[in-house]
Amino acid sequence: MNAAWKNLRADFPILDQQVNGKPLVYLDNAATTQKPQCVIDALTHYYRRDNANVHRGIHTLSMRATDAYEKARERAAKFINATEPGEIVFTAGTTDSINLVANAWGDENLKKGDVILLTEMEHHSNMVPWQLLARRTGAKLRYLPIVAGDTGQLDLAQLPKVLTPDVKIFAFIHVSNTLGVINPAAELCAAAKKVGALTVVDAAQSTGHLPLDVRAMGCDFLAVSGHKMCGPTGVGLLYGRKALLDAMPPYRGGGSMISNVEYFESKWAPVPAKFEAGTPNIADVIALARAMDYLDDLGREAIAAHDEKLAATAYARLKAEVPGLRILGPAHHRSGVVSFDLKGVHAHDVVTMADQEGVALRGGHHCNQPLMKKLGLSSTSRASFYLYNTEADIDRLVSTLQKISKFFAG
Amino acid sequence: MHDLTELYQSVILDHNRRPRNYSVLPTANRVGSGNNPMCGDQITVYVKLEGDRIADVSFQGSGCAISQASTSLMTVNLKGKTIAEAETIYAGLHKMVTTGQVAEDDMSDLAALAGVHQFPARIKCATLGWHAALNAAKGDATPVTTEKPSD
Repeated sequence: MNAAWKNLRADFPILDQQVNGKPLVYLDNAATTQKPQCVIDALTHYYRRDNANVHRGIHTLSMRATDAYEKARERAAKFINATEPGEIVFTAGTTDSINLVANAWGDENLKKGDVILLTEMEHHSNMVPWQLLARRTGAKLRYLPIVAGDTGQLDLAQLPKVLTPDVKIFAFIHVSNTLGVINPAAELCAAAKKVGALTVVDAAQSTGHLPLDVRAMGCDFLAVSGHKMCGPTGVGLLYGRKALLDAMPPYRGGGSMISNVEYFESKWAPVPAKFEAGTPNIADVIALARAMDYLDDLGREAIAAHDEKLAATAYARLKAEVPGLRILGPAHHRSGVVSFDLKGVHAHDVVTMADQEGVALRGGHHCNQPLMKKLGLSSTSRASFYLYNTEADIDRLVSTLQKISKFFAG
Repeated sequence: MHDLTELYQSVILDHNRRPRNYSVLPTANRVGSGNNPMCGDQITVYVKLEGDRIADVSFQGSGCAISQASTSLMTVNLKGKTIAEAETIYAGLHKMVTTGQVAEDDMSDLAALAGVHQFPARIKCATLGWHAALNAAKGDATPVTTEKPSD
């Protein structure tokens, strides 16, 4: 770990506070991550000095805003190793990105009888847009199952059975928000290519958490949320291979996405502007680029190693030290997400009690209702680690869960 | 955990561990359901209505300690009451879990839920089963969901 890791918690002012009389332990990073001061500064700097609308302005502030906005696109392209900035469409986040593909690509290219392949561990955001598309086009949904048991890995032995030539698009989550599983994205993309199916990767939990290279992965589309990687809420991006984006019709109509408008017909602007109708989320895009700088200063290999180590430690300690705990996901090679079920205590009660101890967890179905059903659970509690979490946070997690377990057993 | 014993009073822990009237009611002529999509709570309430009187009431489902205990306490408190009486009891409960004020007339064992008001995120857990039961008794079969601003 390099010098940027030294005193890293001081970069996150929010961590320095008491919650319910105890020092905050923030373990809800899979829901949203905290923001370093440099990202907060990027936002305030933009609003204090550069705020203007982009692209059509001639005056200095507008040029400055446009320049920063387009530089952010270059930054983002570099961050995921896209071929060119034109492959980056800024969106409101992962959900928005997936809806863009399901609508703009899906309506044009799917017909009755075509198959949309998903996996059983998809987040609702990578399930419901495809259900809507299937309803519009008559295409069918099919699922790659997960293996039996609690490790939650995809059953890759089933892949040849479900990934058949009638599959036109295969959408899957890169890192599961519930199970902590890291899926073999490159392998899945290569298999899809063999049957002529396009791939959509939900990278909400992986971008900014581990090294990510869209060309090495071989995906056709990749959806990202800024707020899960130290950036602001309400901003994200869609990566799409240029040739695919060029061929797709627009998703939403409005200003900025046109080259010429007549009363009855219009011509579209080239990508990525074609997909960015209206005034974009300028400030948040600029701040997101700053978050990318921050993460690369730390190094994404190092972040992934840090998260995996904390998750593995938490997994082992929870298993050994908290009675009655059922932990989901694999013991090793996982992200920072650790979901668990404390026998006889509902997740809501676990989270309320942990909150009283200053420990922020999440309880519920984690936007994974069908998966929960399959695992025989209605909800789980989830601790999710990120770069500013420490071994001391695990101490607090363990002692808090011990207390809760005792309280409900007593 | 001082604050938590306010929320998780022994009455609540007891009703969570051994929910009363936890069964399908074969004689029920009204069935209501409630679900909390946020945490996956699912409750089905069975009501046997005779005229405007709740002759019998039971429930089944899964959920957090607050929702289970509140629904269990509800079955004990609503048995034999008219719909109008049930609504009065619910109004008192609602006031109690939102403001912490216990109504003038004795809330008896329901007062154990007073601590909920300190935990605004949990109010919906405490009212879910009641909504389902009252809706069912009044003949509204629409499932109750906490996502509607209904309380």
